[in-house]
Amino acid sequence: MRFLGDGIPGVNAEQLAGKLIVIEGADGSGRSTQIEILRNHLENLGHATVNVGLRRSSLVADELQQAKQGNVLGEITRSLFYATDFADQLENRIIPALKAGFIVLADRYIYTLMARDIVRGADDEWLRSLYGIALVPDLVIYLKVSPAQLVERNLAKNSTLDYWESGMDLGLSRDSFDSFIRYQKLIQREFSELQRQYGFTVVNGNLSVRAIAHEINRRIEDIL
Amino acid sequence: MIVNRLQNFPGKLIAVEGLDGSGKSTQLYLLKRWLEMKGLKVHLTEWNSSLIVKAATSKGKKRQLLTPTTFSLIHCTDFADRYERQILPLLKAGFIVLCDRYIYTAFARDAVRGCPRPWLHKLYSYACHPDITLFFNTPLPVALGRILGGRPQLKYHEAGMDMGLASDPYESFRIFQGKIYDEYLAMKERFNFTEIDGSATIELQQEQVRELIASRLDLPRFRRKTL
Repeated sequence: MRFLGDGIPGVNAEQLAGKLIVIEGADGSGRSTQIEILRNHLENLGHATVNVGLRRSSLVADELQQAKQGNVLGEITRSLFYATDFADQLENRIIPALKAGFIVLADRYIYTLMARDIVRGADDEWLRSLYGIALVPDLVIYLKVSPAQLVERNLAKNSTLDYWESGMDLGLSRDSFDSFIRYQKLIQREFSELQRQYGFTVVNGNLSVRAIAHEINRRIEDIL
Repeated sequence: MIVNRLQNFPGKLIAVEGLDGSGKSTQLYLLKRWLEMKGLKVHLTEWNSSLIVKAATSKGKKRQLLTPTTFSLIHCTDFADRYERQILPLLKAGFIVLCDRYIYTAFARDAVRGCPRPWLHKLYSYACHPDITLFFNTPLPVALGRILGGRPQLKYHEAGMDMGLASDPYESFRIFQGKIYDEYLAMKERFNFTEIDGSATIELQQEQVRELIASRLDLPRFRRKTL
C-alpha cells in the first residue's frame, strides 16, 4: 500500500498486507446495509474483516459528539477534531489490522471529511497535506443517491432531517428540507471533483439493494 | 483559510518561545502587568488551554494513547479552537495579544517526535505569524537546572518518555529538551525570532523586553477607551 502524502512517522506502508475498502455516501445512501452485506460475503469466502467509521476513535469520539451537539467549534477546529479522530483510528485500528492481513471495511473515509470542509470554505491544499497521513484505499465505492431520494429515505427512517446532514450551519436556508437538498447538491458536486482527483468507483445508489451489492462484489473480485 | 496571510488587524500579536525553564512565562507575565497598568487593551493566552479539547488531550496523555501524529493533531485542534475563538477576535478588536508559546512550540516538539516539518508547517498555516516573537535563549544546562533542580515529578510526555530516548525520566527529559533546543535554533532566522538572553537577571530581561515592545509598537494606540 502507499500513503496519500507524507504518511505517518515510523510506518512503512509497503509492509501492509491487507486490503482497505471504503464506502462513501450520504446518510441514507445505503452504506451500512452494503457494508453488512459485503462483510458477510467476505467472511463467507474466508477473509477476516474489521469495520471502521467516522467518530469512532477512543481518543476523541466522546468530545466530538459533545461539541457537535453544541455547535460551538470553529471551522478549522472542527476540521482538525475530525482529522484527529481519523488519525487515531488509522494508527490504532486500520494499520494494525492491515499488518495482520485483514480486510478493513471503512464506513466513510477522508473524502467525506474533505468534501464537508471544502463546502465550508477550507483550502484544498491544506486538506490534501493534512490527509497526507491517510492510506490510499484499494477500492473506494461512492454510493450516489439523488437528494430527493435521500430526503425520502432519511425522513422514513428518522422522521426529521439531521442538522449536519442538512448543512444547517451553512445558513443556506432556514428551512431544513430546502437546506438539505441544497447542501447535498453541494456535497455531490464536491464528490465529483474528488472523484476526478482520486478516482473512486461511483455506484448508482438509487438501484435496489441487491443490484448495488452485485455491483460492489464485482469490483471486489477485481482487487482480491 | 489562506496560508499565513498577512492580515491588517488593528491588534498586535506577541509570542514568547523557549525551553521549559527558560523564564519566558515570568517575562510575559511581567510584560502583561506593565501593559495593563499603562491602561492598554491586553490579553494573555497560554498553550494547551482550550476547554473543549482539554478533556481529550489529557485522556490521551493519561492512557498513553497518543502517537506522534495524534499528539500533533490534538494539539493543533486545541490551538485552532483558541485561535478561532480567542486570538482572532481579540486581534480584530484591537488588543495586544500575548501568547505563551505559539505554533513554533509545536513545530519543535512534533519535529523531534518525527513528524515531517513541511507537514507541520502546512498544518498550522491557518494561523498568522506573530508581529513579534521573543525567543528566550537560555543555555540548556540553565533551563534544565531550573526545572530539574527540585526533582519534580515529570509527566510522561513532558519528559519525552514516549520516544524511548532513555528509561530514566530525568535523562529522557534532558535529551528531549536538547533536541527541542536544536529545533529552536534552526527556526530562529527563518521565523524571525527576536532573541532575549535568558541567562540575564529577571529585571534586566524585562527591561529589554519592555524597551523592545515600546519601540516596535505604537503603544498609545492600544489604550482602553473607558476605564
